[in-house]
Amino acid sequence: MQIPAPFDYVRATTVENALELLARHGPESRVIAGGHSLIPMMKLRLSRPEWLIDINDLFELDFILRDGGELRIGALTRHSTLLESDEIARLFPIVRDAELVIADPVVRNRGTIGGSLCQADPAEDLSTVCDVLGAVAVVRGPGGERSLAMQDFHRGPYQTAVGQDELLCEVRIPIKARSGSAYEKVERRVGDWAVGAAGASVTLAEDGSIADAAVGLTALGLEHTITEAAGLLRGKRPAEELFADAGRLAAEACDPVADQRGPVDYKRHLADELTRRVLRQACARAAQPAAQTQEG
Amino acid sequence: MQISMTVNGNEVTSEIEPRVLLVHYIREVLGLTGTHWGCDTSNCGTCVVLMDGQPVKSCTVLAAMAAGHDIRTVEGLAAGTTLDPVQQGFMEEHGLQCGFCTPGMMLTARALLDKNPHPDDGEIRQAISGQICRCTGYATIVRSVQWAAAHPAAAGGGEGADEVLDGTDTVVADVATETEDSEVKA
Repeated sequence: MQIPAPFDYVRATTVENALELLARHGPESRVIAGGHSLIPMMKLRLSRPEWLIDINDLFELDFILRDGGELRIGALTRHSTLLESDEIARLFPIVRDAELVIADPVVRNRGTIGGSLCQADPAEDLSTVCDVLGAVAVVRGPGGERSLAMQDFHRGPYQTAVGQDELLCEVRIPIKARSGSAYEKVERRVGDWAVGAAGASVTLAEDGSIADAAVGLTALGLEHTITEAAGLLRGKRPAEELFADAGRLAAEACDPVADQRGPVDYKRHLADELTRRVLRQACARAAQPAAQTQEG
Repeated sequence: MQISMTVNGNEVTSEIEPRVLLVHYIREVLGLTGTHWGCDTSNCGTCVVLMDGQPVKSCTVLAAMAAGHDIRTVEGLAAGTTLDPVQQGFMEEHGLQCGFCTPGMMLTARALLDKNPHPDDGEIRQAISGQICRCTGYATIVRSVQWAAAHPAAAGGGEGADEVLDGTDTVVADVATETEDSEVKA
């Protein structure tokens, strides 16, 4: 029987209250939301907090809100909510692509976007999604609120810029016209960690050429987006040869490790092939009439 | 700490350690052993219960986190002595052999049908994709859920089941203290 080591438990009632509790209980306190990463880690004693601060009652952090040129997603928004949101699927189809393959449907009823990003597992999908969408993380702490681009938020495996006394409150994603995005993952079975995955976001110019693009990889030993791929794609017209070139760059840029999910060669192959597929899909989606009407 | 929640329509209050998992609270404190405990790692899904109508893996929810919520276990599926259509369907279509995964499968099926009364086979397979059956096979489980979808009036939908649990129980939980050093050995 796996049971966490003893701890004290308190439920936060508001964001302010959660910040007070974090300040009061100090470095040995941890925030818990869905708990589907933290509780297994606590069972294995990989994590042994003295205090758990439960933020599941902070309904103020459970929202999906169009706000001018941005979509704002509260940190406590569950995976299942993200998956079922038609607005998200229309604006950022990459989110639905990813959510369909994150854990399994029952786990998605509990897990949250904030928890996923703060866990920062190298095989975690939403970090890549937020990377390629150019999302901004809004973090609150005793000193007020700060906004962090994903490259500043995500500091490496299991590391983020969120301080011990801070709370990730929301994610803001810029809405751009003529844009499309896609995500594809190879996993051995439902709910397993990714062998590898790729995500892409593309914005087309009025003439149909690529105005901007971002490609990211999951579980393949690469933090953040592939700058070489973005440089290659910009200004060119979407074409199979271009996607193949970008795939080769992705395979070179990544640094996968051999493990039970496959050898390095295979994982580089995945980086290449999945990059081609998500770019193909993202460009096709960006060219669809529905993508034209989104206000920038 | 003291927690209260609704389990199968009954209000329950208990004194527990914060680290008690919902699955152990349900099984060992409330004595509702229909909820099974399997992999402990939120993979197998046999511990699925409904929390506010949504399937959750109770091995990865603290009982403290479920406080104030509405929990439904397999014991709360039948209405008195009338089986829920899902239970009837598992009987009609041989949805179980050993029965270990069955409580979780049936609760996920109930939640699916509450949301989508006429799922296709793909939607059923998607819904139960976080749950593992190792003997019966998924084909008959899918057929069982389809049977329930085709016979929604076979029973009362499982509301009620008042006899299942006496709501006045207050039990002191010590399930975790006995196992303090039971860290995973594998």
